Amino acid sequence: MKKNFIALSGIVLAGTLASTAIGESHADKSHLQAVKARQSQMTLYSFNLGVLGDMAKGATEYDADVASKAASNLAALSSLDQSRLWPMGSDNSELGTDVTEALPKIWAADSDIGTMGKALADSTAALSGVAGDGLDALRGAIGGVGKACGDCHKAYRQPDS
Amino acid sequence: MLRALKILVIVGIIGFAAFWWLTRPDRVDPADLAGLTGDAARGELVFYAGGCAACHAAPKSEGEDRLILAGGHGFPSAFGTFYAPNISPDPTHGIGGWSVEDLANAMKHGRSPGGAHYYPAFPYTSYVRAALSDIADLHAFLTTLPKSDSPSQPHDVGFPFNIRLSLGGWKMLFSRPEWVRDVSGEELERGRYLVEALGHCGECHTPRNALGGLDYSRWLQGAATPDGKGKVPALTPDRLDWSALDIASYLATGFTPEYDVAGGEMADVVQNLSHLPESDLQAITAYLKALPPAGS
Repeated sequence: MKKNFIALSGIVLAGTLASTAIGESHADKSHLQAVKARQSQMTLYSFNLGVLGDMAKGATEYDADVASKAASNLAALSSLDQSRLWPMGSDNSELGTDVTEALPKIWAADSDIGTMGKALADSTAALSGVAGDGLDALRGAIGGVGKACGDCHKAYRQPDS
Repeated sequence: MLRALKILVIVGIIGFAAFWWLTRPDRVDPADLAGLTGDAARGELVFYAGGCAACHAAPKSEGEDRLILAGGHGFPSAFGTFYAPNISPDPTHGIGGWSVEDLANAMKHGRSPGGAHYYPAFPYTSYVRAALSDIADLHAFLTTLPKSDSPSQPHDVGFPFNIRLSLGGWKMLFSRPEWVRDVSGEELERGRYLVEALGHCGECHTPRNALGGLDYSRWLQGAATPDGKGKVPALTPDRLDWSALDIASYLATGFTPEYDVAGGEMADVVQNLSHLPESDLQAITAYLKALPPAGS
């Protein structure tokens, strides 16, 4: 009797574990795709920022046309709808910090991630408006974009360790 | 037996008195302050180079509010949690009643106007190298800032670290007013002043011993974060292999060479340093580039 109970418990336990694992792998897959997509978007941000930042710090020569294009890319990128890139649970405590550095508090009730996103959209729009107007104009506006990036990273990204 | 006990008690009292006498907080010589008139405009640069707001602005404050030095930011450490006090010009809750001498004693010697020791969460171990003229300028600037009537929070520090008297011994062991590195030339000396004194970079980027004293033999070679959960990177040229242009640009904008943007404590540092002239950021860079390699 006792033996049967133990065997039965074992089967139930194994079954539960298996179904949890299957359930998780489904959620994981869509979460991993979202993580990959949003990290690709971050790469596009940094690629375009690099064009502008290299000019701002004097590593490359200022070119109004190239600067305008890169800045308008940034403005376009930050106005994309991102709602499907950030499914709840696609954070570093669920997926591991080696997969994503996104902190769970992005999804908390008091999260101001929306305000942060708007700050990025506003600052990239401002940069896009002046990036073609000369090096000083570019230098003056790129700081606001850096601040928007940094504010959000500070609040919602796992620091390097 | 009783006689032996008596002697022991007397020796104990003398020993304690000697300890108290030897480890009283140092103070600046008021004569050195004579003739110094604070210039608030110059003091603003000292304020940003010293990073005062990074600790003393209320947590999560933004923009102009970063100039309200109400305190309240908590610093967890192995010894307990320290809370930055209110240093706004409020006469009751802040430091509105402080003279230049009071500020100099606090910053250089970790000494309160009443003669008590401050905890070294306040980086007087670095500010000890600051010029008195800069402290006078800073004093003038601080008085122009808005007042806050938020009371300072007590530190949450357990026994025996809550006995401030023991800090006198700590200071004797670990306070080191002289420069860490020998450098020559105007730019390197300016860089050294910004890194070793006002910028207090070593407080986070240099490892500490078991008692919390800086390990100067591993100067700026990277360390654990004070809460023990993360790492602060090394700044020596063999570990931080960015170009000079990349370092200076990072300090001004927060962009890494890969155009990522720092979060964490360094985001606050960059926010402060971005107020400094480009020549200062280049001086810091030159100093870092001249550090000896950490080796493996």
